Amino acid sequence: MSKSMKTIAYIVLIIIGLFSIFPLLWMISTTLKTNSQVNLVPPVWIPHPFDWKNWIEAVTYIPFPEYFGNTVFVSLLATFGAMLVCPMIAYSFARLRWPGRNIVFALTISVMMLPSTVTMIPLFVEWKTVGLVGTRWPLILGAFFGSPYYIFLLRQFFLGLPNELEDAARVDGLSEYGIYFRVMLPLAVPGVLTVGLFQFMASWGDFMGPLIYLFKPSTYTLSLGIQQFMTQHTVMMQQLMVVGLLTTIPIIVIYFFVQKRFIEGITFTGIKG
Amino acid sequence: MTPTGIQTQNPPIQRKLRKQNLSPTTRSQRNAGIVLALPWFIGLILFFLIPFFVSLYWSFTNYSILQPGKFVGFSNYVHLFHDATFLKSLLVTFYYTVFSVPLTIIVGVGVSLLLNLKVKGQAIFRTAAFVPSLVPVIAIMILWNWLLSPQIGVVNWLLSLIHVQGPGWFTDQHWAMPAMVLVSLWTGIGGSTVIYLAGLQDVPQDLYDSAEVDGAGVFRRARHVTIPLLTPVIFFQLIMGIIGALQQFNLPYLISGGNGNPNNSLLFYGIYQYQTAFSYLRMGYASAMAWIMFIIILIITAFVFKSQSRWVFYQGAKER
Repeated sequence: MSKSMKTIAYIVLIIIGLFSIFPLLWMISTTLKTNSQVNLVPPVWIPHPFDWKNWIEAVTYIPFPEYFGNTVFVSLLATFGAMLVCPMIAYSFARLRWPGRNIVFALTISVMMLPSTVTMIPLFVEWKTVGLVGTRWPLILGAFFGSPYYIFLLRQFFLGLPNELEDAARVDGLSEYGIYFRVMLPLAVPGVLTVGLFQFMASWGDFMGPLIYLFKPSTYTLSLGIQQFMTQHTVMMQQLMVVGLLTTIPIIVIYFFVQKRFIEGITFTGIKG
Repeated sequence: MTPTGIQTQNPPIQRKLRKQNLSPTTRSQRNAGIVLALPWFIGLILFFLIPFFVSLYWSFTNYSILQPGKFVGFSNYVHLFHDATFLKSLLVTFYYTVFSVPLTIIVGVGVSLLLNLKVKGQAIFRTAAFVPSLVPVIAIMILWNWLLSPQIGVVNWLLSLIHVQGPGWFTDQHWAMPAMVLVSLWTGIGGSTVIYLAGLQDVPQDLYDSAEVDGAGVFRRARHVTIPLLTPVIFFQLIMGIIGALQQFNLPYLISGGNGNPNNSLLFYGIYQYQTAFSYLRMGYASAMAWIMFIIILIITAFVFKSQSRWVFYQGAKER
């Protein structure tokens, strides 16, 4: 690449980087502004003085610990469910032979294309029938029964693992479950982590689910809590940004912990076999 | 996305065993296979197949949560085609899809080509590009609603620096949708860039090398080597993008405060369906809406699949 091309590439990359990051920096800056600084034009970039009491106000105006706890509860359990069950199902599709397997897999691919709006209303009625509407369980239990997109992703992963491993384990006398839990599952860790991250992000930031299923404030998640800073006439901007940040930071932290394995997990390993 | 073409497991040992009719290995494999997949049998039936058929049935009734429905034939469907709000929401959703899906693909491919260049600080740029997709939708809404505020927003202030009078964005019925597309671009690029980057890792280096030997510059290499090899991933993203855009709900719901205003310019299909089902409790009518959308998605997806042979290039296709 020529030198001038490289310079242009850098400039474009920096613009893209700023476009991505700037709104977040703006958010952080806002949380530290006094009321008189918030809506100034031209904008105040670095607040002076730092107004830390917004942070305290934000987490006391709504029952923050309770909402945070609910969000953690829902997200962790759903993530656990997805990471436990999806690899099992995917392994069964990829490596074990049983009658009807291909038909069930074709069905799995088909329901991946089914819009959630088709199933949303009957699902609501199903949860209502078992008396769980209004509790956090509809947001959790589904993850324990598999999800087509994750199953598909992990199946590709298991298909890419060499046959020799399985044969050797069988010669060593491991049962089918032993082969799965002790040989195959450990090798699929990057894929399983990817699924875990996807599920965690989906549960953590979910808005529609809590909106439909939760109506007791004691069960609210942060997504619903944030809404409470917006009243008919005013928006408590700094406090709202605090809770917005506090909702974003856990995801970014988790992403940093799993990002290396995550990139491995998303590469289309196994598609080519 | 049919299972054909995807490698299935069929080692020779098992083929031999199958002839002996249910050898111990075959039997234990079958049992383990069914046991491990058991949760999904339940999930598939409870969360997909039953709701699928139930909503089809309801779409022919006037069912509401409060009272059991009566069979009304095609009346829901007939009413829908005379429902001006319904037609408006369909239009809004198409408008959004037509602009946001191609834009997200073009920008996504462009950004990932840049992020794939071997430059210093590549890891930092990659992380920066991914961060917006980590932000929960509710925080995105507040942030952009404010950045794009007509009077006090930073975007209009920046525009005023170059002597451009910024529009009213989300407060102006003509600008609400462009603003919506912009925000969805911001949130969508990170996730799709990761997928394209993954696809780019599969492009064999020797193809680049030979193209370079032949004297192809950066742009010609991108056009004639990289992008053709990326078309399967673009194809996957196109399908997922269309399905996602046609079902867009969270962002417009939050930005418009749940009602699709100003002047219904953000009344997405999902919002109207949600209102019908959960505010007016007209489950039958809303189910009919869901089914119309399902059929629209099926038709569009079928078209995209059909177009595949013209523009999607599979690396392994010739070898197999």
